[in-house]
Amino acid sequence: MPLNEQFASGGRELRVAGKLRALNWSIVIIVTIISCIGFALLYSVAGGSFEPWAGRQIVRFGIGLVILLAVAMVHLRTWYQLAYPIYGVSLMLLVAVELMGRMGKGAERWIDIGPLQLQPSELMKIALLLALSRFLHGVLLDDVSRPSRLFPALLLILLPAGLVLMQPNLGTATILIVGGCGLIFLAGLSWKIIVPVIAVGLAVIPLGWEFALKDYQKQRVQTFLDPDSDPLGAGYNITQSKIALGSGGVFGKGFGQGTQSRLNFLPEKQTDFIFTVLGEEFGLFGLIILMGLYLLLLMQGVNIAMETRSQFGRLVAMGVCLNFLLYILINTSMSMGLIPVVGIPLPLVSYGGTALMTVLMGFGLLLSVQIHRGIEIPRTA
Amino acid sequence: MMDGRDSVRYRTFTRRTAILSAGTTGLFALLTGRIFQLSVLQREQFAMMAEDNRINLQLLAPRRGRIYDRFGVELAKTAQNFRLLLIPERTRNPKAALERVAQIVPLSPQRIARVLKDIARSKPFNPVLVTEGMTWDDFSKINLSALEFPGFEPDVGELRSYPFGPWLSHVLGYVAGPTDHDVEEEPELLSLPGFRIGRSGVERAADRELRGKPGASHNEVDAHGRVIRELARTQGTPGKDAVLSLDMEVQKLAQEKLAGQSGSVVVMDVNTGELISIVSAPGYDPNAFTTTVTPAIWRQLNVDPLKPLLNKAITGMYPPGSTFKPVVALAALESGRMDPSTRVHCSGSVSLGNHVFHCWRKGGHGSMDMHLAIKNSCDVYFYECARRTGIDAIAAVGHKFGLGQAYGLEIPGEKKGLMPDPEWKQRARKDIWRDGDTYNVGIGQGAVLTTPLQLCVMCARLANGGKAVIPHVIKSYDGVNYVRPVPGDLGFNPEHVAVVHSGMDAVTNQGGTGARSKLAVEGFDMAGKTGTAQVRRLTAELRGRSADSIPWEFRDHALFIAFAPVINPRYAISVVVEHGGGGSRTAAPIAKDIMTLVGQRDPVRQKLFIPPSRTADSTPASGTGSHAT
Repeated sequence: MPLNEQFASGGRELRVAGKLRALNWSIVIIVTIISCIGFALLYSVAGGSFEPWAGRQIVRFGIGLVILLAVAMVHLRTWYQLAYPIYGVSLMLLVAVELMGRMGKGAERWIDIGPLQLQPSELMKIALLLALSRFLHGVLLDDVSRPSRLFPALLLILLPAGLVLMQPNLGTATILIVGGCGLIFLAGLSWKIIVPVIAVGLAVIPLGWEFALKDYQKQRVQTFLDPDSDPLGAGYNITQSKIALGSGGVFGKGFGQGTQSRLNFLPEKQTDFIFTVLGEEFGLFGLIILMGLYLLLLMQGVNIAMETRSQFGRLVAMGVCLNFLLYILINTSMSMGLIPVVGIPLPLVSYGGTALMTVLMGFGLLLSVQIHRGIEIPRTA
Repeated sequence: MMDGRDSVRYRTFTRRTAILSAGTTGLFALLTGRIFQLSVLQREQFAMMAEDNRINLQLLAPRRGRIYDRFGVELAKTAQNFRLLLIPERTRNPKAALERVAQIVPLSPQRIARVLKDIARSKPFNPVLVTEGMTWDDFSKINLSALEFPGFEPDVGELRSYPFGPWLSHVLGYVAGPTDHDVEEEPELLSLPGFRIGRSGVERAADRELRGKPGASHNEVDAHGRVIRELARTQGTPGKDAVLSLDMEVQKLAQEKLAGQSGSVVVMDVNTGELISIVSAPGYDPNAFTTTVTPAIWRQLNVDPLKPLLNKAITGMYPPGSTFKPVVALAALESGRMDPSTRVHCSGSVSLGNHVFHCWRKGGHGSMDMHLAIKNSCDVYFYECARRTGIDAIAAVGHKFGLGQAYGLEIPGEKKGLMPDPEWKQRARKDIWRDGDTYNVGIGQGAVLTTPLQLCVMCARLANGGKAVIPHVIKSYDGVNYVRPVPGDLGFNPEHVAVVHSGMDAVTNQGGTGARSKLAVEGFDMAGKTGTAQVRRLTAELRGRSADSIPWEFRDHALFIAFAPVINPRYAISVVVEHGGGGSRTAAPIAKDIMTLVGQRDPVRQKLFIPPSRTADSTPASGTGSHAT
């Protein structure tokens, strides 16, 4: 029995104070440290000013941290019960966005709720994770690969992914699909299915290129493959990002000294290309530290998943980790010119409220799993 | 408690988590490797690219060298022109903006009203001149606060101007924008907006000296090309100031004397080859060429029968007429075929085969020796003289006098003229040389062609006793004299030269053909030779008719050459008045007035100009049209 007695207090409900004591604070601390790196960079790219980004981001982080703790306090069983309703609401919001969403940077991604702007696609990352975890929680290992179980799971993924792709938001759709499939993989999908699907997938890529991608998405891929073909046009972002990263060297140009970002050669420096700013100003050294912190956070997440008794909890924990990992991989690879430009922020560092909230809510869920790691949830609740 | 099924599920989950973790670790390693590749292995390359992005090298156009005359009169000026332009569409409220600008640089309310009027008239994207000729202080101030004034563009231009306009057009030429071909020579400098190079005259010949070397401003710029700050500046070298050998007063007088005529005057120092004046009339205004020549001006210049665009002093080719006789005389003496006392009887004409060669004087001159023949310009004497001397000997002396060749004057475009000989005739006309040809050459007609410059060089070499002086107009660059080789001796017998001199002395001073043009300056007398070049073979009907009764374009060209003073000559002059009638009537009086002035302004009486040592005044300026917002 891999779970020992110290987690066996599952049946007993903890009070808030007790939960706060049981909380894995090292996760909160690492999250805060990474966010502080973000604040510093936002301060730097604004030319040494809290305006217009760093100040606002700090406030958002403060609010987000409260939300994180609140999410962590909610009992895992409650999340289990709320999983489908949240998914349903999110899906409806996505449809609403599709119907009446307003244009922003060529992608219909926002919905106005009073003064707030809601991004249902971000919310969907959490919702899908909960719903899919709940669904897979109820499926026996031997049944995961059965069509009767596999198709509903895939439907859970593809329904929102399709809607997000229509917006069009390739980055988020990728995260939804890859994250979701990751959960099915963890739940024990048979290799007999995995291997052929990957093979077919590789064969289908050319077809997808022809029919599924919009022109601007194709252009991103094309310029990625040959950025020098149009260094002042579409390849500009990739070229400038590589210049900024490379010119930073081992220790960087120094805080506030990044010429590429300060002189606006680097586009979207406060959002998509903030990793590049870190590289330019703090060099290889700064980048390795950030990657190390990310890895530490992921390891904590995997540990929590390993220590969790319920399949739902494990899948939620790993789902949060997977989402977080995908953000990191996509953003950093893009910044370094390894994949085409995709509008995915660097988690906890990039400027932007909605993505920050999603990530912090995700860690809230992870901590909820951690606090309630010992509880059992029946397979058919 | 975990049931059995769940524990199997847990083991699978753990295994697969391990697979994912391994994959993640691998990906992180890959990313780290990529970071290492970019920021360590390729660092040099990217650092250089980042610097290229950041630093914009802006060339600073050097100030073009000024041009002075020998006494320091500024002939071509260059001024920095600090201007402020406004692009109307980039400012929301031009009136308010102008009033704010007026607090920084002086702008009168009238000026503001004028600018607003211009804005109303012009297209919104076309710059409107707000003010120009700003002081450096004002210009710096407006540059510093340029960001506060969107739409306003400080701009530095260079203004080349020629204060004497048409009087020097053929000497100085003008500057204009380089052609694509020119740009290849020094691409970075020459492609600066508004940069101009010499396109003709001295401006072109001395362009490399006058141009200078550009400085550079290393600016930090942002992605939009906006200058954030200047990082470094290297000073350029301004162009060298050139001093010409010309005397502007003589130049002016010559222009005035030729007013309304088509002709040339060349005045030269016979010992050095320095040109005191070189005039082709009429001139054109070179100031009109430094900007854009309007089609109207261009058309007018081209249809003008007096051909103002031609530099006749170096490209106009005329038969030298009787001005060639001193050369023939010297050739005859040098050949030994004649001596000064050899007499020839002039009856008014001489026959050769079935052709009759006339003297200009119908009744003939009677018995002529060389002195008298030069004094009276007797044609029959020189027919005989040429016949005895032979064409080869005449052509050889003609070549020694600089005919049939270009001298490499610092005014591009010299024509070579023609000193004919049998070999030339065989080559060009496919015909043998006949005695009649020699007769014609004897009086400077036939195929002989000279430019006014060549006439002056010829006269100078005669005056200085046979020194091969070469004409030039540039005296010094930046006060450093242009060292010229000492003119070689042409090897004439001084006694022979003296005979010719005395004949020419008699022309003006002893009642010869130029008697009316005797100089009235004490100690500065002038010896000369008149000439009349036939424009077309005269018919018997036209011969002897007064010039005024013949249509202008059929009238003879009037020529005159002279040197002064007679003893130890210092200056030579040639005057050509196209269709001016006779040399003695039209050309000689002009020479008299000019030579009188030259004598008065001789450097013995007036100090030559030595330019002040150059100040390093490459003011922070770039080419016209660049700006430092």
